[in-house]
Amino acid sequence: MTDIRDRQADIIVVGGGLVGSAIAYGLTRHAPRVMLLDEGDRAFRATRGNFGLVWVQSKGDGAPHYTHWTRNSQERWTDFAAELKARTGVDTHHENDGGLTLCLSEAEFLDRRALMERHRRDAGNRGFEYKMLRLPELRELVPEAGDSVYGASFTPYDGCANPLFTLRAVHEGFDQLGGIYRPDHAVVAIEHKDGIFRLETRHGTYEAPRVVIAAGNMTPGLARQVGLEIPLNPQRGEILVTERIAPFMRLPTQNMRQTVEGSIIMGDSKEDVGFDTATDTGVISDIAARAVTAFPILRDVPVVRAWAALRVLSPDGLPIYAESQTCPGAFATICHSGVTLAAAHANELGGWLMGADRPEAIAKLGPERFHVS
Amino acid sequence: MFRRLETAGRVETVTVSVGGKPVTLPRGETAAAALVAAGEAVGRTTPVTGAPRGPYCMMGVCFDCLVMIDGAPNRQACMIEIREGMRIDRQDGARRLGG
Ligand SMILES: Cc1cc2nc3c(=O)[nH]c(=O)nc-3n(C[C@H](O)[C@H](O)[C@H](O)COP(=O)(O)OP(=O)(O)OC[C@H]3O[C@@H](n4cnc5c(N)ncnc54)[C@H](O)[C@@H]3O)c2cc1C
Ligand code: FES
Repeated sequence: MTDIRDRQADIIVVGGGLVGSAIAYGLTRHAPRVMLLDEGDRAFRATRGNFGLVWVQSKGDGAPHYTHWTRNSQERWTDFAAELKARTGVDTHHENDGGLTLCLSEAEFLDRRALMERHRRDAGNRGFEYKMLRLPELRELVPEAGDSVYGASFTPYDGCANPLFTLRAVHEGFDQLGGIYRPDHAVVAIEHKDGIFRLETRHGTYEAPRVVIAAGNMTPGLARQVGLEIPLNPQRGEILVTERIAPFMRLPTQNMRQTVEGSIIMGDSKEDVGFDTATDTGVISDIAARAVTAFPILRDVPVVRAWAALRVLSPDGLPIYAESQTCPGAFATICHSGVTLAAAHANELGGWLMGADRPEAIAKLGPERFHVS
Repeated sequence: MFRRLETAGRVETVTVSVGGKPVTLPRGETAAAALVAAGEAVGRTTPVTGAPRGPYCMMGVCFDCLVMIDGAPNRQACMIEIREGMRIDRQDGARRLGG
């Protein structure tokens, strides 16, 4: 029999993907009893199917507050990875040597330069360094770039991490910090009474005065039960993985990177297909063809796996951090780029979720921005 | 270590080379079978740690049987039928591109 105390916490996070678990990890510094409830393998789980970039360039065109938030996280990532490694022994394979976005024509190159220049202008005093490289300069970094590549943008901020090792490290860290993790605990209903949230699962009811819904694509239905409207559209992305080959890609690009183990991961498809995680041979062959255009030496390298996963996207593509007015103590969050933002989620949200003021950095990332008045 | 089950009647055979050594087997067998018939437990070393690996599942799922076949790297030996004159060689570490 479980003790009643096993069912109570100071705060419960619903959703054990990278967003929920990074938040829960950070919360252990602010509350003694943090509980994390997760559904399981049948759920849609973006964290298990993503690309693993810790990416800055191109984030937040026209929304400098999002670029800043992204850079806050990117700047914290190196320490975050070191902390996880020291605490758990798990290496997240974080790299921060910069990243490239390849341009296949002069027009793309000029558009890209204009975007980089807007980022520089919006960054103000913080500065935003970038370089536009034409093919010969690009080849000094990656000699294997193909003849059809016109050039690339480079920023030193970009990098990558292994999303699965990151998830594992965050979970182990959470456990070591005294967090309580309950897998196979899908929350089916949330009730708010006398200042306490009661979360119903098939293993019984869990209680806390505070709750954070971070259930990825399943967030809206749960958030509604605590008075929050979270607009969201899943977006499918497909990823291909090649066999392991000796290292040649020194830097990740927006849609290709080489893992520490040697596999090339590629893909950046954006498909509006609802809740469907099937793969599509047409999309797969486009991804492969584009990879071969970028790096012709990949021509005869076999692809050994392919999969699809659903991005968790708000209508403007930016994260949503929401606090309920009708049910005080309830929060909900969704975001694309949960890998990139993991270090910010682990470090900057805990105080707010336990009752302090909302961090200025996310002031413009509430759901109010979608309300038409 | 491995012993072949007897089959009835005459079988047609094929000769391949395993690390330069000729090995004769019944037609229809796989490159992985040729490897074990030649007494080679190890067909490759892994790209990450250099650990030795050899055919294991014999049904295309574990990828431990990767070898060089006729000079091409990362071939799944258990899924490839032998041909007369096929060259099967050990593969050390990760495949190098353009080399
Ligand atoms: C193809 C693709 C590529 C991507 N590439 C990148 C990238 O390069 N860099 C980057 O930063 N981001 C990338 N992303 C985005 C990133 O994967 C997501 O932002 C992130 O994983 C979202 O994490 P999450 O925890 O919100 O959601 P999920 O990982 O989906 O987790 C949600 C969790 O909630 C649980 N859950 C659901 N319902 C319930 C319930 N009722 N009760 C309890 N638990 C529940 C599920 O079990 C699941 O574990 C990519 C996404 C995709 C699809
Ligand atoms: S022996 Fe397992 S894939 Fe060949």
